[in-house]
This record gives sequence, C-alpha cells and structure tokens, in this order.
Amino acid sequence: MEKVEEFTIKVYSENHIGLLNRLTILFTRRKVNIESLTTSEYHIPGVHSFTIVINTTESMVRKITQQAEKLVDVLKAFYYRTDDIHYQEIALYKVPTEALTATNEIEKLVRRYNARILEVTPEYTVIEKTGHKEETQELLDKLQPFGLLEFVRSGRVAITKPMKELATHLREKEDATHFVQNGN
Amino acid sequence: MEKKAKKFIKEIPAPGTEVTGSEALILALMEEGTDTMFGYPGGAIMPVYDALFDYRDRLHHVLVRHEQGAAHAAESYAKILGKTGVVMVTSGPGATNLITGLANAMVDSVPMVAFSGQVPSGLLGTDAFQETDVMGITMPVTKWNYQITKAEEIPEIVAQAFYIASTGRPGPVMIDITKDAQFGKLKWHYERCTKIRSYFPYPKVNKEKVEEAAHLINKSKKPLLIAGQGVLISNATDELMELVTRADIPVTTTLLGISSFPGDHPLNVGMPGMHGNMAPNIKTNECDLLIAVGMRFDDRITGKLDEYAPQAKIIHIEIDQAEIDKNVKTDVAIVADAKEALQGLLTMVKENDHKEWVESFAKEFEHEYDHVIKPAREAKGDDIKMDEVVHMISEKTKGEAVVVTDVGQHQMVVARNYRFRKARSFVTSGGLGTMGFGLPAGVGAKVASPDRTVIAFTGDGGFQMTIQELGTIAQHKLPLKMVLLNNSFLGMVRQWQDMFFDKRYSFTELANPEFTKVAEGYGIPGQRVDKREDLEKAVDALLASEGPYLLEVKVMKEQNVYPMVPAGASVSNMVTQ
Repeated sequence: MEKVEEFTIKVYSENHIGLLNRLTILFTRRKVNIESLTTSEYHIPGVHSFTIVINTTESMVRKITQQAEKLVDVLKAFYYRTDDIHYQEIALYKVPTEALTATNEIEKLVRRYNARILEVTPEYTVIEKTGHKEETQELLDKLQPFGLLEFVRSGRVAITKPMKELATHLREKEDATHFVQNGN
Repeated sequence: MEKKAKKFIKEIPAPGTEVTGSEALILALMEEGTDTMFGYPGGAIMPVYDALFDYRDRLHHVLVRHEQGAAHAAESYAKILGKTGVVMVTSGPGATNLITGLANAMVDSVPMVAFSGQVPSGLLGTDAFQETDVMGITMPVTKWNYQITKAEEIPEIVAQAFYIASTGRPGPVMIDITKDAQFGKLKWHYERCTKIRSYFPYPKVNKEKVEEAAHLINKSKKPLLIAGQGVLISNATDELMELVTRADIPVTTTLLGISSFPGDHPLNVGMPGMHGNMAPNIKTNECDLLIAVGMRFDDRITGKLDEYAPQAKIIHIEIDQAEIDKNVKTDVAIVADAKEALQGLLTMVKENDHKEWVESFAKEFEHEYDHVIKPAREAKGDDIKMDEVVHMISEKTKGEAVVVTDVGQHQMVVARNYRFRKARSFVTSGGLGTMGFGLPAGVGAKVASPDRTVIAFTGDGGFQMTIQELGTIAQHKLPLKMVLLNNSFLGMVRQWQDMFFDKRYSFTELANPEFTKVAEGYGIPGQRVDKREDLEKAVDALLASEGPYLLEVKVMKEQNVYPMVPAGASVSNMVTQ
C-alpha cells in the first residue's frame, strides 16, 4: 500500500464563478477529504490562487492535480509535500476581558506563543496567532480554561520553495501549445 | 455558389445592427458553421425559438421527442461529421433531461454545445417555475459550462463554447441563458475564438519523446498498436495506416476506435477487451511493445490492471495529460494530438517485417473463428443468433454503411461482426454504456449522412428506453433502417446472471409489445422475422426500403456473447463458453 501523506495543492485560475465547485468535484469524486482550503486573488491581475491541503497518496494527488490543471479555467496546478513549502495559518481567539485582567496568565501565554492582542473591549478580548496548526492548537488548549468564547482558524496559505515563477511556467506552457489544431 | 441566388426568409443583419440576444444566438450558431441542431422548445427558451423561426431555412432544426434524444442525436451527428453537435432545450426538466446525454458525450469525448433556457436573472435562486441549478447540475458532466445573464455576453461566450467543445480533447459544453438575456439587445458583432488564456488544447509534440518512441518501435520484435477514437478525432487514419504498414504492426481497435482502421485489412486483428477478440487480448500479454494511440486504457479493455501487459514497454500517445499513467503506467508518453504525434513518428520509424508475429495472431483468430464466430454466424438450431443477422447485413452492405448501436449484447455482436471499411462510420455509447442511445443516435447519424445507408441496431430493452424517437423519425421522414434484435431479455445482464449469479434471472425478462405495430402507429413500415429461412428476404427488404423501416428479428432468448474476459480477470484468460 502506498503511503498516505499530507500534500498541499496550489491551483492558479481565472476568477470565474463556479470554478471552486468544479475543483471540489475532483476531490469528492475520489472521496478525498479537503482538510483546508484558502482562496484569494493572486498578484497577477485576474488570476486567483487556491491552496488546498489533503491527506492522501502521491499517485492520488498527482491524478487530482492533473485533472485540476485540465479544467478549462485553470492556468496551472501543482502539488507539494510539506517540506517544499513555507506555510502559515492564522487563528483568532475570543476570551472574556475579565479573564485577561483577573491574572497575568493570559498575557504570559500571549508572550510565550508570540501571539498578539488584536482588540480589547469591556466584554471580550481578541487574540491573534499565526503559525502551524499544532501551534495554534496548543494555544487553543491553553486558553480553554479561561472561558474561551470563540475560536476560528483559517485555511493554509503557502509560499513554495522552488524559485520558478508562475509567469515562467505559463510562458513555457504557452510556448509548448498549439491553440488551433495543427496539420489538418 | 448557387446559394447566392436563393432568397432567404431573412437576411443576416450587418455588423453593428441592434439585435436581440435570441437573434444573436442564432446568428452566432451560423457563424460557427452550424446548419443543423437538435432540440425541444419550452417556456424559458421561447425567445430563441422565435428568432430561429426567421432562420429556419438555413438552420435546420430537428424536433426530437425527449431532450435526452436531442443530446444523443447531436452526439452521433458530431461523431460522423467531425463537427460540433448543437442542442437546444428549455430550463428545468428540459435541462435535467439532457444530463445522460451530456455524461455520455463527456466520457466519449464528443464535441457538443448545448443551450438551455433559464428563468429571468432576477428570479435565479428563488425556485421559480422550471428553474433548476443547471450550472451546478451539469458541472461534473461537461468540459465547461457558463450562465449568460446579459445579451451582450452572447457572441463572445458562444464563440468560446464552440472553441472549447471542439478543440483538444473534445467534450460537451453547456450554456445556460436567462430569459432576460434572450430578450435583451446588443449591437451584433461576431468573432470566432482562437485562444483562451487558461486553456491549452494542443500540447506540441515533444521531439525527444518521439525519438524515444521511434527507437522502441524500430527495435521491437513483437509490437502491437491499439487505435482508439483519438485517431478518428484527429483525422489521423492515413498516418496510422502508413505507420503500421511501414513497420508491420498489428492493429487492434477499441470500441470507439473501430472504424479508424479498415476491418478487412490484414493487419487488423480485431477489438481488444471484455468482449473483444481473442488474439489482441492474448497477444497484449505476449507483445514486447504496446503502442496506444488516442485511447484511455478503460477497465473494459485492460481487465485486471496488474496483469495487463506487464512484459511490454508501453508508448501512450494521448492529448489529455490527465490520462497519462491514470490506469496503466507508461514508458514513453507523447502528450499531443494523435495526428501530429504520428506524423512525428513517421519521420523516424523504419520499415520492418514481423511476419511470424503477425501470423501468430491468425492462429488465435482461427481458434476463435472455429469455436465462437463460425458457430454463431452459421447457427444450426431453430433460433436465429444475433451474429448471423449482423454478419449478413455487414456482407450485404459491403461494410460501407453507417452503423449505430444501442448498448448491451447486440452492441458487442455488432462490434465483433460488422466489418467497417470507412472511417467515422460507427457510433456507439462507449464509456457510459447508455441504454436508449441507439434510436436517437440513429436519428443524428441519418441527419448527418443523408446519402449513406444508416443502420441502427438496438435490443428490445434499449429500444424501449427512447422508443418515442420513432416520432422524430416519422416527422422528419428519416430513412433510417432499424434492426431490433429482440431476445425478450435485458440480455447482457441476463448473461451475467447466468455466468456469475447462478442463473438467478432477477428482473431481466421483458414482456414486449408488438414492435412492428408500434412502428406502424407512427407510419413506419417493418416486419418481424423469427425463422431463419425468412431472414435474408427481410434484410433485403430493409436495405431496399426508401423510407424508415423497422426489422425486428426474434433471436435466441439465451444467447451469451463470447469470448469474454470476466470482470477483474486478466486479458489472457478469455472464456469461450
């Protein structure tokens, strides 16, 4: 049996309605669960990027990535092992301000975990931390006893280690393509 | 240019003229070279049908009896002519009735553009009358889809739809148009699409890969080539012929690739796969090189993957990168249009002679002929076998007819027994295995080839799934020759019940109507045959008929199709009984 690993898929596409649906169909068809998904505008105008984290085998992630790249509105799709990317997630924690002022425990946690206080109101305080899931999870566990009111964690954002830029990939792909059938 | 003299109902407006979205859609279709479409009107597409009325003399509309039929007919039309099929339906049930047809066209790579009407954009998402989420529902079964909500989008989106449907690996495109976009106004202007930034339809041939492949071909002692539908789609039949005759390579054609190589050519060794011929299956596991051209290693071809050609080097020529290594791991992959790839190979492949290897196929064929083919074609008992009917029609039409099938036993019998001599002559439902495909596909095939004999073979099960298309055939006076091989069973399912479920015939026997009377109700003549001595005369009557004709042949009730690679078995293990 092939090993199941964590993979991060990056998809670059046109910003078209329905594309997210077309992408997720590729995963549901093969019964692969999406662990996290982040989408936003890329720095090239009109291009959108998706960062999708899944746990599966390499042969499966390769097939899904190929099928993603095959979608008409997709420019390029890649998959990476966790070693090949720098990544972060952001987490927000809402705690009662009372708990913050009662002792200095929360303040210590904020310092120790390199988190920061985003907002303080008479009722609640919002703490922000970026990091890997294990780190934001650890802080969550520590804050639970203080009467945590709300918690949210984003999907993964990732920057890849390879130096080749998307624009270069696209230029190469375009150079290697006929846009109308040749020889007929 | 005799058309110049002809007076049309309405002249095409000059660029810049203000037109409605509906008229723009019709004009756009004509700009794309569409002269025939298949459809069914309804509330949300009425403005388009109204615009069509002005252009009905140059945009021929075939009124089907069910939207599924429109999709299958358009698909068949597209396959035969190699041009994009066009379908027009209304919203809601009109669109949902298309789904089977879209799915079929998707898996069989057929260029098709389907248009559905939609409720006015202000009502989207409100569960308005006959509203359905066409985008969501068609996404998994289309190559691309788009919802038009403004009239001015129509020219550009239609141009993109045709470009996407017909290029690269072809497929169906669904365009949903809200009613307000159909009524809206725009200044008419049209430009065909030749490029989309995110779409890379024809990867250029990689010369190094071609060199590697040519090297493998030149040194191979026992090569075998599998020709798929890609050869037909890319019009590469000449290149295929040149390659295999020069290098002396036996050719096996997949179900959808069947007419890509002449059936009577000495290098044609038949069809591979579950109900294919013995030689190509057995030799798949003996060859030293397997060259797959424009095919996707479907499980019906490979059988057990671990035991599929493990000894052979594999070259895969395929335009769709996502097919490479999907099922079978390849040694050399050329991701390109089959024609361009084969042209590349032809510059490097040398003349060769594999006499002994080629002859070894004949030995396998003789075995199959003696044990399976001949006994079925020259059946002795009281019952007529499907094979004798198909063989007789193949002989009498000299393999030159356009042949359409439904799905099931008769489909395999036709694939095995009709000897095609012309490309783009066989239309069948491959990947999806859609029962009910045959009759509407017959409609599309006849509309596409008015000057050729078109024969639609169906079984009694599939015939009744889309039997209403007899109405289309009658109304359009389509001289389609229908051959109904009636065994009063869902034969293929019954065969599996016989072989793998202890003969427990769970709900596979059919109580059928008198089909010729049903046809007669539509004004379609025909006859029923149940005795061998009447068969030839009946076939002659079918072939001589001027208009549509239904020949029903009562065939053996429990005939099994052999040989067979049982599901999940190795292709080496074909059973003959």
